[in-house]
Amino acid sequence: MADLVHVSGLRVVVRNDGGEEVAIVADVGFSIPQGEVLALIGESGSGKTTIALALMGYTRSGCRISGGTIRVGDVDILSLDATQLCGIRGDKITYIAQSAAAAFNPAITIMNQVIEPALLHGLMTRAAAEEKAVALFRSLSLPDPDNIGRRYPHQVSGGQLQRLMAAMALITDPALVIFDEPTTALDVTTQIDVLRAFKKVIKERGATAVYVSHDLAVVAQMADRIVVLNHGEIRECGVTGQILDAPADAYTQTLMAAAVPRLRQSLPAALAEAPAPLLAVEGLMAGYGGTPVLDDINLAIKRGSTLGVIGESGSGKSTLARVIAGLIAPARGRVLFNGEPLAGSLTERTREQLRRIQIVFQNADTALNPSLSIARILARPLAFYRGLRGDACTRRITELLDLVRLPADIATRLPGELSGGQKQRINLARALAAEPDLILCDEVTSALDTVVGAAILDLLAELRQELKVSYMFISHDISTVRAVCDEIVVLYSGRKVESGSRQALMAPPFHPYTDLLISSVPELRCGWLEQVGAARPLPVMGAAGAAVDTPALCSFVARCPARIDGVCNAIAAPRHTLADGREILCHHPANELLEREARVRQEATG
Amino acid sequence: MNNVIVLVAKRIGAAALTLLLVSAVVFAITSLLPGDAAEEALGQGATPETVAALRTELGLDQPGHLRYLHWLGGLVTGNPGQSLANHLPVSELVASRLPKSMVLAGTTAAVSVPLALLLGVLSAMFRGGKVDRVLNLFTLSMVAVPEFLVATLAVLIFAVKLHWLSALSSPPDNPTFAQFLRVYAMPVMTLSFVIVAQMARMTRAALIDQLEQTYVEMAVLKGAGPTRVVLRHALPNAIGPIANAIALSLSYLLGGAIIVETIFNYPGIASLMVDAVTSRDMPLLQTCAMIFCAVYLSLVLIADVCAIVSNPRLKGH
Repeated sequence: MADLVHVSGLRVVVRNDGGEEVAIVADVGFSIPQGEVLALIGESGSGKTTIALALMGYTRSGCRISGGTIRVGDVDILSLDATQLCGIRGDKITYIAQSAAAAFNPAITIMNQVIEPALLHGLMTRAAAEEKAVALFRSLSLPDPDNIGRRYPHQVSGGQLQRLMAAMALITDPALVIFDEPTTALDVTTQIDVLRAFKKVIKERGATAVYVSHDLAVVAQMADRIVVLNHGEIRECGVTGQILDAPADAYTQTLMAAAVPRLRQSLPAALAEAPAPLLAVEGLMAGYGGTPVLDDINLAIKRGSTLGVIGESGSGKSTLARVIAGLIAPARGRVLFNGEPLAGSLTERTREQLRRIQIVFQNADTALNPSLSIARILARPLAFYRGLRGDACTRRITELLDLVRLPADIATRLPGELSGGQKQRINLARALAAEPDLILCDEVTSALDTVVGAAILDLLAELRQELKVSYMFISHDISTVRAVCDEIVVLYSGRKVESGSRQALMAPPFHPYTDLLISSVPELRCGWLEQVGAARPLPVMGAAGAAVDTPALCSFVARCPARIDGVCNAIAAPRHTLADGREILCHHPANELLEREARVRQEATG
Repeated sequence: MNNVIVLVAKRIGAAALTLLLVSAVVFAITSLLPGDAAEEALGQGATPETVAALRTELGLDQPGHLRYLHWLGGLVTGNPGQSLANHLPVSELVASRLPKSMVLAGTTAAVSVPLALLLGVLSAMFRGGKVDRVLNLFTLSMVAVPEFLVATLAVLIFAVKLHWLSALSSPPDNPTFAQFLRVYAMPVMTLSFVIVAQMARMTRAALIDQLEQTYVEMAVLKGAGPTRVVLRHALPNAIGPIANAIALSLSYLLGGAIIVETIFNYPGIASLMVDAVTSRDMPLLQTCAMIFCAVYLSLVLIADVCAIVSNPRLKGH
């Protein structure tokens, strides 16, 4: 088949502060045959999005395409003027952005945005465009396809917006579709639905596509060929199977290795035997402005151990960390630290209590004051908690930097001069400055590249050995949690649906939600998405389903594939303990869950 | 839609409350000014007895809170009292001046708002470019030059040298269009000089803030041209801040027009208020202050309503 896209010698430069032009993409060339999906994969700063945007003749401000050729169909993109580019964009080549929530205009209804490209390029009448949009909504499995277009972007969920954006990209029947990290901002359980929808429409339409991602496992499902990028240069290019099974380049091998989280050392046996837990949460209920976000939460963190808290966005996991840190007072229940109850709000806690529990936020960019040097950022908690000043303080800062494996001369720099991984280390060093007993890690690796994130996980494990500190590790990523935590709590919609030790959570039976979480994580092999199969229709619920909102009922009932009519929507679910010590909040006994999950897996593979 | 009605009702309630508080403050402050109308009317040679007698006659000897309630009642029923200086009803004095001020303010708004929006949108579209820099320099110098200088220069050029316009701007009762132009050209130009620059710069800032959002990049990648990107995508999201900037600038047109009114001898309400201050004419002064405040609050209220209505998050389901 003829190549639809041909890129050669592409070079994109950016003007730096000194006014010099630095190449961020250098000598990149590839071609895409008609009807194939090519993946551009790499870490942040690898130039993958820059290349994808260059295919539309577009660069972000400060950047410039300084050389090479890009041919799409029989059009030489780089020879077009501004007006001609407008004619190509959104018509022959379309784009699906990473964050649909930010890429939709908040002031315009969804339908008007979806059909805008078709009307802009004069391809069809408004009525025809709307009809086509509704058909696309239907084939992308969007709920209420006839009416969803009348809503505004803030009225639909993130996963739905991402699919609506796909409808917007496909309405003009483009020759080339660019997917720019389209599922990165989504929960895994949503991601799998969106990937299915994308795959289906790509197949139906025989579309040629570029799929930009940092996630090898996602790319394995979507792409025919993969281009591996690093620092704006191509490291390796080949068919998907070859890249996954026999990566030739050393950098690709590093990426592959980081994609599968390595098990970190588990709890030292001596510590596990310690009698009283370091932190205990009992019957906790908390929320914002009267609506409870967390309900009936009980958990304990043993001295020196790591507790993993996992759940999707909105499950209340960050709220839990905030309650323990004293940022939100609980509405009911209590938090015990070393057996002593902690006051609900920060102001009522003693300085010593504050010192012993530290929180590390997800985004080091917003957590570190951009106008203070690293030394001053670290000096503040040292002075506040330990009363260190002058030379003693400087010495301690050097020690802290050494502890997080950073050179001492970094102390004079500003956060903006550091890389993402370095900033997260400073964020961690700031917490360590207080010499805490417990560190609450809220999604500390989510904003980082896989390789950099893996190094942070290693650091956390080493610090635990050296300092005997305990962690509460909050994440949406079950494979990370299973790799670093001793005990795991699964939250869904503010309730603890399952909890148990890491070993116990390695094999079924699982709570239906945990099972969904685990089975939604893409595996690093081709054909996984097909094997998981289509989303199964949920069991039909009877009239009692009207009571779904009753707070005492299982919160997962609306999405549960194992729900029982007349039980799950009528009676509160019991919490039962399994032989391996796990707790599950479900009507199904363990053996039924085990049978069911084994059956589903068999159906999927067979 | 209910959300919007509730929000707008709350804003109106807040504006009414503010107006009430302002009335108390205005009354209290004007009572603190030294001297009163009785002393002013009788002049230097008055004996304490005649002053006291006049005070009783004018009701100035009553306690403050009674005078306030009496005055507030009159204000609400459209009878803000008798001017102490020339014994005409305050309402009559205001009625002779307010419409003229409104015409001046309205004409200035009609000229300057579209012009400011155009300048703001243009410089936002070509931000960093030549057009932007030229407009930036132009608007900045407009802000920097004091209005009395602009007015004086205008009189010098158009009235004294060229003899195109009259240096005095007293509108006839039923002006023809040509007369209207001749009378209003210079005052409107002078006032526009000040507020166009402010509004244009605020429009530019609000638009640029939106143009840096991801959805604007998306619109570009959908093939929308620069004009469509700005007008269809960015502008609707910038209406809130722009409306507020316009309201603040326009509120200046009534009370702040004093210099322009004085230079062109235009019979507006700002000069009426200054006269009231010099003659210690408290009822007139208080009424003028209340009018300025009411106009200001209504403009801000309109801007808030624009911001509320243009925000789809508040439109409800």
